[in-house]
Amino acid sequence: MRKINLLCVISLISLAPLTLATEFDVGQHNKKFSIKRLSVKVGDTVHFTNQDPFFHNIYSLSEPFFFDLGSYPKGQSKSVSFDQPGVVDVECAIHPKMHMKITVE
Amino acid sequence: MLKAIRLSVLTLSCLQLITHTIPVMAQEDSYVFEAGHPSLQKWLLPDVIPAPENNPLTSQSIALGKRLFFDSRLSANGTVSCATCHSPDLGWSDALPRSKGINNSILQRTSPSLINMAYNSIYMWDGRAPSLEEQVLIPVTATNEMGLDLQSLTNIVSADDDYQKSFAAAYPEVSSNQLIDTQIIAKAIASFVRTITSGNSPFDRWIKGDNDAINPQQIEGFKLFLDKDKGNCVACHHAPNFTDDGFHNLGFATIPDVEPDAGRFAIKPLKLMNGAFKTPTLRNINQTAPYFHDGRADSLEAVMDHYIDGGTPNPVISPDMKALELTKQESQMIIEFLKSLSSPNTILTPETPKLSRDPK
Repeated sequence: MRKINLLCVISLISLAPLTLATEFDVGQHNKKFSIKRLSVKVGDTVHFTNQDPFFHNIYSLSEPFFFDLGSYPKGQSKSVSFDQPGVVDVECAIHPKMHMKITVE
Repeated sequence: MLKAIRLSVLTLSCLQLITHTIPVMAQEDSYVFEAGHPSLQKWLLPDVIPAPENNPLTSQSIALGKRLFFDSRLSANGTVSCATCHSPDLGWSDALPRSKGINNSILQRTSPSLINMAYNSIYMWDGRAPSLEEQVLIPVTATNEMGLDLQSLTNIVSADDDYQKSFAAAYPEVSSNQLIDTQIIAKAIASFVRTITSGNSPFDRWIKGDNDAINPQQIEGFKLFLDKDKGNCVACHHAPNFTDDGFHNLGFATIPDVEPDAGRFAIKPLKLMNGAFKTPTLRNINQTAPYFHDGRADSLEAVMDHYIDGGTPNPVISPDMKALELTKQESQMIIEFLKSLSSPNTILTPETPKLSRDPK
């Protein structure tokens, strides 16, 4: 899996207009998501990677995007793909202060 | 046709996969166990007590909240105050496994200590209150705790001239001789509760550089507390307030004839939250027995025994729960360390104002 920065993503998208799926890595560190708001397109995938030395449990109760990724430790990542537009509130069940919003366009 | 287009889109998606990594810093804690060492400073609480912008701490609001907190007339039968279950003489709790409300009704859970609530971000054992302002009126209005409806609360407080003057002085939005809104009453009580802080414990003095504040056994206990292969207490009891403000199922065995408590699950219906409760602070912990949400452990030794056993397995037990490889001596060192987190209470009990309970 290639990992490149946002600038490269934008460049590649402009050169290859048929690129339709993007993958995003969102970290969890110090009981915070690495970004508070994220915009993605329908079909994109978000990977949630735990970088804390304790468990996180990422979930959303936003309809119709309900998901519960379960608990996983440092170094592990779990993914969600979004197949329709909407706004998704994402939280950690263990640490409720952790929350972010994903807008699917 | 549509299906064909969808397939080609999927093919292109696979071929032209792009990953956008949101950068984060990641590093493990590394400590030097010397008094005053910079690596330890994250365990000191902020000097300034945090408060929300719409309810800043003032001497007037704190004094007013203190009077309300100790006023037993703010209950359905005039016998129960906030301090009944949160006594300054009992670590701002009540020393009972399960607290008693009006008419001696036994509640479902133990009374949590109020120490350092100002540093929390979520309140109640099940986290149902997102702010202290929202939390403080929950016991007041709960039918089996203080049992006072909001209108009666307003009426009782508004009927007293002293309260009227104090509210008008503390909150510009309150004018004299009007009914005092319950939200303003909640603000005042929350302001006082925020001042219930743990103060300057031996542990804090050691962090600040006093080499003699804690003994070598307590320092060893702190190391075991942090060691992921030993106590691993730090998995949930984070710096600086010794809590992660999180929720965990600790593998409690069911008690005969006691209905299982769903805990956080009642608020967040996620399977991991069934039987999960909020992590309490460990500051002043040796003043707040009994322990756990239902007071099932009457001593710190009993608490350590639970963690050494690893709890009773269940499908949603916290993945951080595992039987600890601790000797009795090591367990005792952790307990001695925990005792270093306590400081004496500095808040004096006020005289209860002479109030009429006749509403306006």
